[in-house]
Amino acid sequence: MKTIHKQVIIIGGGPGGLAAAAELKKSGIDGILILEREHWLGGILRQCIHDGFGLTRFGETLSGPEYAQRFIDQAEALGIEAATDTTVISLSQDRIVTAVSKNGLVRYQADAVILTMGCRERTRGALSIPGERPSGVFTAGVAQAYMNLKNKMIGRRAVILGSGDIGMIMARRLTLEGAKVEAVFEIQPYASGLPRNIEQCLNDYGIPLYLSHTVTRIKGAGRLEAVEVSRVDEHLKPIPGTEQEYPCDTLILSVGLIPENELSLMAGVQLDPRTKGAVVDEFYQTTVPGIFAAGNVLHVHDLVDFVSLEAERLAKSVAAFLTDGLPAAGIQVETGGLIGYTVPQKITGKQDAVLFFRPRKPMRDCYVEIRQDETCLLRKKYPRLLPAQMETISLPAGKLISDSHIKVVTSLE
Amino acid sequence: MTQAYDVLIVGAGVIGCTVARELSRYRLSICVAEKGPDICMETSNRNSAVLHAGFNNRPGSLMAKFCAEGNRTFDQVAAELDIPFKRTGKLVVGFTPEDMEALRGLKEQGEKNGIEGLEIVGRDFIDRKAPLIKGNFAMWSPTTAILSPFQFTYGMAENAAENGVQFFCGSEVTGIFLEPDGIYTVVTKSGTFRSRWIINCAGLGSDVISSMLGIHDYTLYPCRGEYYILDKKLKEMLPLPAYPVPNYRTGGLGIHLTPTLDGNIMVGPSTEYIDERGDYSTTRRILDLLIEDGSRIFPYLKQEYFIRSFAGIRPKLSPRGVGGYHDFVIERRDDTAPRAVNLVGIESPGLTSAVPIAHEVIRLIKEAEDLEENPGFNPIRRRFPSFRDKSPEEQARLIRENPDYGEIICRCETITRAEVLQAIRGPLGARTVTGVKYRCRAMMGRCQGGYCQTRITELLMQEKGIRPEDLIYERQGSYIFTGEVRKK
Repeated sequence: MKTIHKQVIIIGGGPGGLAAAAELKKSGIDGILILEREHWLGGILRQCIHDGFGLTRFGETLSGPEYAQRFIDQAEALGIEAATDTTVISLSQDRIVTAVSKNGLVRYQADAVILTMGCRERTRGALSIPGERPSGVFTAGVAQAYMNLKNKMIGRRAVILGSGDIGMIMARRLTLEGAKVEAVFEIQPYASGLPRNIEQCLNDYGIPLYLSHTVTRIKGAGRLEAVEVSRVDEHLKPIPGTEQEYPCDTLILSVGLIPENELSLMAGVQLDPRTKGAVVDEFYQTTVPGIFAAGNVLHVHDLVDFVSLEAERLAKSVAAFLTDGLPAAGIQVETGGLIGYTVPQKITGKQDAVLFFRPRKPMRDCYVEIRQDETCLLRKKYPRLLPAQMETISLPAGKLISDSHIKVVTSLE
Repeated sequence: MTQAYDVLIVGAGVIGCTVARELSRYRLSICVAEKGPDICMETSNRNSAVLHAGFNNRPGSLMAKFCAEGNRTFDQVAAELDIPFKRTGKLVVGFTPEDMEALRGLKEQGEKNGIEGLEIVGRDFIDRKAPLIKGNFAMWSPTTAILSPFQFTYGMAENAAENGVQFFCGSEVTGIFLEPDGIYTVVTKSGTFRSRWIINCAGLGSDVISSMLGIHDYTLYPCRGEYYILDKKLKEMLPLPAYPVPNYRTGGLGIHLTPTLDGNIMVGPSTEYIDERGDYSTTRRILDLLIEDGSRIFPYLKQEYFIRSFAGIRPKLSPRGVGGYHDFVIERRDDTAPRAVNLVGIESPGLTSAVPIAHEVIRLIKEAEDLEENPGFNPIRRRFPSFRDKSPEEQARLIRENPDYGEIICRCETITRAEVLQAIRGPLGARTVTGVKYRCRAMMGRCQGGYCQTRITELLMQEKGIRPEDLIYERQGSYIFTGEVRKK
């Protein structure tokens, strides 16, 4: 079998892949190929027909398809090659990419591989909600694909489990199409989606959001007939005696996204158990040299704008990798207190670094510190931290006092 | 008057399909009436997927005899029908002196049943075979295998269809009447059939069908078993089924761990008598129990590995409080129902015993009349080539020959459009979403159809000309769409 050489292979033609491709091309890199399994470029944005995209990146509000189209147009204008209807079935440590399409099975050797595969949704099975197995239980993204891409109405009376953004957006979408949305239930004592979606998708339509509640049983032999909902205690365990039954024909699950790293694992890329994405340095290089990752495959983002921006930063480092090479990143970034994770997980210390993080729970008026060798290198005040929102903290290289690991921690004051 | 069949089989589970296939070796007109919208929907598709050796059953029982024989003769059946299976062997692990006593008894029982190669082994043996399994010692059963119960049943059914058997799904039997001319009239929800012989292979409904035949002696006690299915990430950790020492009083073999051929792990089943025989619910209490019990043998059962839970129901003749195993009932009762073979209480090890059970049915028919060989019988059935099992060179060739192999529909399991279309278009093709799933594995992976379900529903509607409102997920009434969002 013949092997085709490419300078850069980008796996996934969603917002991350498209932004990376354009930025690479602008940096003077040629021989870029985007491999996209769907028939169209644009990734999940194609089904996100609501607006609110682009405020950060473009300073205006766009629908998902409009936002994607800007990047698709740009890629086309730059003459970037993209193979759609093409699925990557394997990736090796030495950057051999095997892809299949109706035209056949092709093997590529790339100098650099960019992972922008996005994420998938957690399912009922992963939550192990007990009960029967009727139809009418959809993850929010599948419900969105049916309604917005396939023009199929999925039900008339819905309950939403999980206050993730897509779930709230689907609550509004179902309401607009004439379905009755009974309520949104969230197991945590706080919402997992953005405040603006609680406002615009739930409050504006009178859809109640119940925190510290979860679905404890699914009923219906054929189609869903009802769900049983229970209040949960501080350990998120259902409290006996609080069960309440909600008749409904549809249950939408918006209970988390998981970076889709099957190919990364095939290539031997090390994953961070907290993000479920690759461990990367400030160049977005994974633990396998020449393999880079950005966007939701790296860590689940709140806004697509940040995916594009991250991929554009990644593209600059890939360009540097291909021309001058990249320095090794030896300083581990650890987390503590109520910091859930950081990206990157290691830095060189040779240049200023921006660390992205999410808190484990909502906090007001708290400080985030970066420490090294028991010393506080810097301290930043945040009036409000939400798990739904990605935050950043910048670390100027000059602040480092040694080559040992640093730790990002919270302190309430 | 409609033409009468020679044989009407009630139920298209593994027993009904195997009886159909084995009977198609003879010059007979045969049909199968199945109540569900697809074949293989109940007990046959909801079990541990194990080809048992036969040491668990009482010496002298039909269960012991047929299980041992079914295991011994399976290689040939599998070769003819292209049924995937693997002789992994099995460990029944023990911890206490009482367990050792029980294992010795089990070995002795197995030997009485003619099972070869049973051995009491020490920890060093467990370490060699499956080092992550707990246990101080074990009984080793080398002939136990894992298999695909779906492919077993589909293989039988497809080969039966190839040899002329007609299948009618959505045909729940509501009445059986013996007419004065000696022909049975069988009234079903899809129409009326006439047949000289009736074979009751109705599984969970076999006591009801038995009563329709005038044999009122049986009541089935549904006994539910819940399972977890775990992610393939654990594939390397469990190479073979690991069981605890059975406590027969409960009516099951105890909560065990079984690798599937595809690399998932199943944990279960529980043993719980229930009141309603169609209630496939899983429950919090039992799911938690599975993890607690399963962890004694395999302490790696974490929530992040769960991809699904499900339940199966054993059609037991032994009631609650009695437990254990009542032997298979396979009988002719000419006084009340001439030319009928009545099979009741075919529970575990029914899957392993399917072929010997079918041969017993044929023996009982032959007592009443001579059967003439069907010279055109073709025993061979082949599975549609699976893309993911092939080398890159073979994959490239498959795509060249059929470009639909180049479109991956299910990314978790690497199932192509060609395979999904085959599941829909093939012999006894699927009309439901889960019908596609069990035939080709699309949607069985960790994303549970998140990526491919929308494509599969679209292909089903296109291929079968099903309106959106009429498409069903699995069971009757399990519609997926209420219509279109907007009229075009």
